[in-house]
Amino acid sequence: MSKITNEELLGSIKGKFEDGVTAISEPFGLLTLETSREKIIDLLTFLKTDAKLQFIYLTDLTGIHYPENEKPIGVIYHLHSLVNNVRIRIKVFMADDDVKIPTATVLWNGANWMERETYDFFGVEFEGHPDLRRILNVDDMTVFPMRREYPLEDPNRVDKRDYFFGR
Amino acid sequence: MRTHPVYTDNDPQTEYSTLNLGPTHPATHGVFQNVLTLDGERIVSGVSTIGYIHRAFEKIAEHRPFYQITPLTDRMNYCSSPINNMGWHMTVEKLLGIQMPKRVDYMRIIAMELARISDHIICNGVLGVDTGAFTGFLYMMKYREDIYEIYEEICGSRLTTNIGRIGGFERNFNPIAFEKTRKFLREFPKALKEFEALFNRNRIFIDRTRDVAAVSAEEALSYSWSGPLLRAAGVDYDVRAMEPYSSYEDFDFEVPVGSNGDVYNRFLVRNEEMWQSLRLIEQALNKIEKEPSDIFHADVPDYYLPPKEEVYNNMEALIYHFKIVMGEVPTPRTEVYHAVEGANGELGFYLVNDGGRTPYRLHFRRPSFINYQMYAPMSRGMLLSDAIINMSSLNVIAGELDA
Repeated sequence: MSKITNEELLGSIKGKFEDGVTAISEPFGLLTLETSREKIIDLLTFLKTDAKLQFIYLTDLTGIHYPENEKPIGVIYHLHSLVNNVRIRIKVFMADDDVKIPTATVLWNGANWMERETYDFFGVEFEGHPDLRRILNVDDMTVFPMRREYPLEDPNRVDKRDYFFGR
Repeated sequence: MRTHPVYTDNDPQTEYSTLNLGPTHPATHGVFQNVLTLDGERIVSGVSTIGYIHRAFEKIAEHRPFYQITPLTDRMNYCSSPINNMGWHMTVEKLLGIQMPKRVDYMRIIAMELARISDHIICNGVLGVDTGAFTGFLYMMKYREDIYEIYEEICGSRLTTNIGRIGGFERNFNPIAFEKTRKFLREFPKALKEFEALFNRNRIFIDRTRDVAAVSAEEALSYSWSGPLLRAAGVDYDVRAMEPYSSYEDFDFEVPVGSNGDVYNRFLVRNEEMWQSLRLIEQALNKIEKEPSDIFHADVPDYYLPPKEEVYNNMEALIYHFKIVMGEVPTPRTEVYHAVEGANGELGFYLVNDGGRTPYRLHFRRPSFINYQMYAPMSRGMLLSDAIINMSSLNVIAGELDA
């Protein structure tokens, strides 16, 4: 299957970014680690351009929100090394009042819409993004709907109260 | 991507016109808009607007137990719903650590490959329509109908199938389903051959499609393209071969690859994929015969819905049914990414689970969304009529684009 193991992969990352990566785990064999937004572009560049690793494919970029954490808003990158057939997941968390992260469009053109989607739903500002506008929601929307505090339905609706259904 | 440096946005000598291509233009085959600036028939620049049928699936999924998310996946790529359904089921099975019996895997492969054929029929047929050849589309539509009839035998519905369950299928394939699949395998190759005879060496079709919207492998990778589009550009990335799921490793099939990523290459790659899908279905049917014929789900009563007649007559089954439907079954606190080869490319499910009754976060990696973002940049300098067939060959499905 994959031509390099997660230990080798982690070893070469650690060799370059000694204490820059934290919270290392391997859920279902997919190496997952956390880094800071200061290091994220360096880390992505290293992974993409390293002659042995070659993570040239950005599979996915999305956000997540943990309201109770100190740094609640996260951005999650899934990279894929097509040569070695191995994936890696990288997370960056940011404080609520300073949701800014450098853009990955400098490395992959495909990050453009993925970052716009993440901005649209989580309010993450990607610094240096060429065209950071909302993409799926209307332009004059004021909230970031995928944040946890934003309810699924209009809380003022009266026809769907639980007591109508015996709950 | 070819660039035509003659055309610039701020040339004072030229008068440009603006054209709204979409959101309901018949040639876009879906609800999305492109505001094009035209110089005569050449496109100077374009801006894509999407989100017209955004239904907030990811937000809804955070409020639904796992079973109730399957119908949401139906409505993403509605031309090949079974792949979406099973991709989701396999994600949950991976999370729960359920091992599928081989026969279920093979049954799934039959459904998924039929879905891939029906999706490619639409895409290639419509590409013919947009180049002026209606015959192929109408002729192939009959076989999509045949596939939908097989779905009906398997699960009872046609377009938004909600096929299968977490842990297998809701019921066994009946003899008519096998019979209809065999019949399809007998009849479809002849039609596909005729379809290819109609197009592959057709001078008009080749003139309209060859070298149109050619994309290099580097560009395709940089834009995170996947599926037939990436393969037409010459990269042999297929999830079925790279990270086999549902026992694809037991099968013998080839991954067709194009050379320069133009519309003609994409057409040929999709056609060849249909032949490969036929091979896979045939092999799956033969393999199923060697497996015990009464197995159609894994033995996981905690997660697999009990049969309805037992729910009505048996207390224990009723309890299980209730617990599963309400999402009361314990699930591990972890995260999982599972990808399947959808008809348009890598369809990924990123599921973060906190052990509650619903996913904490579910993200769909939707190939149409990611493939489509190159459309406006690659249209620069193209003729409007070429841009139309380029859009057809991208096979953008509005439901998957917007989710």
